Amino acid sequence: MAKITFDGIEVEVPDGTTILNAARKIGGGVVPPAMCYYTPLKGSGGKCRACLVRVAAGSTKDPRPMPKLVASCITPVQDGMVVENTTSQQVLDVRKGIVEMLLINHPLDCPVCDQAGECDLQNFAYEHGVSTTRYEEERRTFEKIDIGPYVQLHMTRCILCYRCVYTADQLTEGRVHGVLGRGDAAEIGTYIENSIDKDFSGNVIDVCPVGALTDKTFRFKQRVWFTKPVNAHRDCGHEKCAGRVTLWYKGKDVLRVTARKDEYGEVKEWICNECRFEKKETSDWVIEGPAHIDRSSVISANHYELPVINPQVIADLPESTVRELEKNPPLKLGGPNGTSF
Amino acid sequence: MGRKLLTEHVNVEGIETFAVYRKHGGYRAVEKALKMTPEEVVEEVKKSGLRGRGGAGFPTGMKWSFLAKPEGVPRYLVCNADESEPGTFKDRYLMSKLPHLLIEGMIAGSYALGARTSYIYIRGELLYVLRILEKAIAEAYAAGFLGENILGSGYSLDLHVHPGGGAYICGEETALLESLEGKRGNPRNKPPFPAVQGLYARPTVVNNVESIATVVPILNMGGDEYAKIGVGRSTGTKLFSACGHLNKPGIYELELGVPVEEFIYSDEYCGGIWKGRELKAVVAGGSSVPILPKELILKTAAGEPRLMTYESLSDGGFVTGTMLGSGGFIAMDETTCIVKNTWNFSRFYHHESCGQCSPCREGTGWLEKVLHRLEHGHGSMHDIDLIVSVAKQIEGNTICPLGEAAAWPVAAAVRHFRDEFEWHVTHPKEATAPGAVYRGNLVMA
Repeated sequence: MAKITFDGIEVEVPDGTTILNAARKIGGGVVPPAMCYYTPLKGSGGKCRACLVRVAAGSTKDPRPMPKLVASCITPVQDGMVVENTTSQQVLDVRKGIVEMLLINHPLDCPVCDQAGECDLQNFAYEHGVSTTRYEEERRTFEKIDIGPYVQLHMTRCILCYRCVYTADQLTEGRVHGVLGRGDAAEIGTYIENSIDKDFSGNVIDVCPVGALTDKTFRFKQRVWFTKPVNAHRDCGHEKCAGRVTLWYKGKDVLRVTARKDEYGEVKEWICNECRFEKKETSDWVIEGPAHIDRSSVISANHYELPVINPQVIADLPESTVRELEKNPPLKLGGPNGTSF
Repeated sequence: MGRKLLTEHVNVEGIETFAVYRKHGGYRAVEKALKMTPEEVVEEVKKSGLRGRGGAGFPTGMKWSFLAKPEGVPRYLVCNADESEPGTFKDRYLMSKLPHLLIEGMIAGSYALGARTSYIYIRGELLYVLRILEKAIAEAYAAGFLGENILGSGYSLDLHVHPGGGAYICGEETALLESLEGKRGNPRNKPPFPAVQGLYARPTVVNNVESIATVVPILNMGGDEYAKIGVGRSTGTKLFSACGHLNKPGIYELELGVPVEEFIYSDEYCGGIWKGRELKAVVAGGSSVPILPKELILKTAAGEPRLMTYESLSDGGFVTGTMLGSGGFIAMDETTCIVKNTWNFSRFYHHESCGQCSPCREGTGWLEKVLHRLEHGHGSMHDIDLIVSVAKQIEGNTICPLGEAAAWPVAAAVRHFRDEFEWHVTHPKEATAPGAVYRGNLVMA
């Protein structure tokens, strides 16, 4: 076991745990955001740099600070490590920079994007970003591509997290898509537009942090926050598919089926394409009850909050954060002109 | 002129063949090494104080001693011959002229590390060098210096040359290993470091061509003797590839410690700036290192003469200093436009970013576009601060050092030549006129 101090909070985790997972054990506002790391996918992480944290002391044995910010999703903890996330001005500044970088080639078409409301990048930008950009040049755009009967790829929105590549690698038989090109010309592509129609390929939709891979059976049907998530299961029969899903209802209709996700948007159990795309009748399923949406999502709350900070536990908040909090108190409930709901 | 340890016989007719190389003392280091224990060879390299010649300057002996040695697991020595840094062309020279020197170093190094299979990962564009190396390797096999039971010592080694696909990023050691494994050349997250999990997840050492070749003179003369050459912690000789506006550009082997002024102006070396012009700026170690104006490259901020050593060139940190880097010495005369040059470097890094992590993927392109704007007279004062800020957002926040390599030259150019950037904003017409160059308040036609 290793004991670390994260944003002033002590937590004990097994050796080999990453800093990010140690922070998730604490939970709440101190958890660094993650755009590319995905616990069920081996090898993921380290790419988006959203989860950078400052290691103020490496370990009890070697208490020197680490020279650079480290990616918390891939850096294992050491006993006696002291990590600063929301308590470090440097980390918050760098994170703002990362938001700016990620949004350079990401269109702000949230009003017409199916992912809006459950988009990791939307949450990330809202929680950590700035509302303006300094980027004036042309942005890259792509045509939408249908890859297979169920999935549409809108590369313009892709932030190259590689999650879908790992998913296809680790879940489906033979990956037929990957990253082509280099630098900001890199793109997710299927070589000579081979279509993805493997049994578990639909999971790439769930792992996509943005709206780059969308469910063609659900596109433009409904905003997600108008649908009601309900947990259900069926006896799938596919050996790798758990058959435990979330159904998204509008009225009596099942508009889409997704895997169940935890509070960090990570899939708990993979589901097969049949469950996802073919079974859209209530009669196909055994209903368990309403699904709980944990995160600061409009799906559950109908409004955003500023969950960056956990003010109770942090003594010396950075100046900019204090200013931000004064401007937008995170816990203030009330309508315009101070009227309460 | 100082001693030459690597390039002593470079002009001998037929030195690229085994017979001639052997006649001039070749493969003595292998014979010597095989009579020592591997630990003793590592110890010799440690004593020599040899620092990595690829750019970072990490002590080679130290790197070798970090190699994990679990029982029953193969280990690898990989030679990084993916030399693609703009301004650096020493390894190409060394390999094409003296292929057996590298092979000899590889045998000695592999023996020291206990590697039974070693690889030379060569830049894809250097196909003709690959053929030279393959021919030399075949000769070494035929002479019994490679293959089973080398010289009856019981030690066996196979050596392979593998060409890259033409990506600068594959010069980063973990991207190189990925590429060597046949995958996309993306740098890996560290830790684990290659010394623990490198090629095929086995302990691996990746060394630059010149570092490996230098092992040969170290073994021949002894580590202690080698350490006497040079100044302080910069021991031995190093190849510098001088290019740009010099009278005599080319490859020079220097004993570390030659003053920069002597290197540029002495007839023994570069012979001064061409066409009788003035020196304006120098990029001392390949395009990634900070550019320095004439006043700071010849003398440190404290007024000491700057020497061609790791320490002296980095004196003053990045505020007034630079780095020795890979030894790609680019001199620029007074007619050089720094803005254009910075844009050109930026364009390179934009093209070569692997696109894996977001600050580098998006930031390198952003830098290039803003610099393009500045160079072409469409920039604003705000843009100058913008590129500094973007460079800062990239630096230190990426998976591999390419982010820094892209950010440093931009930050340094603005730091030392801000007035020239501002002139591009205030005088767009003059700045975009053909051949026009900022010179204080004067415009050179």
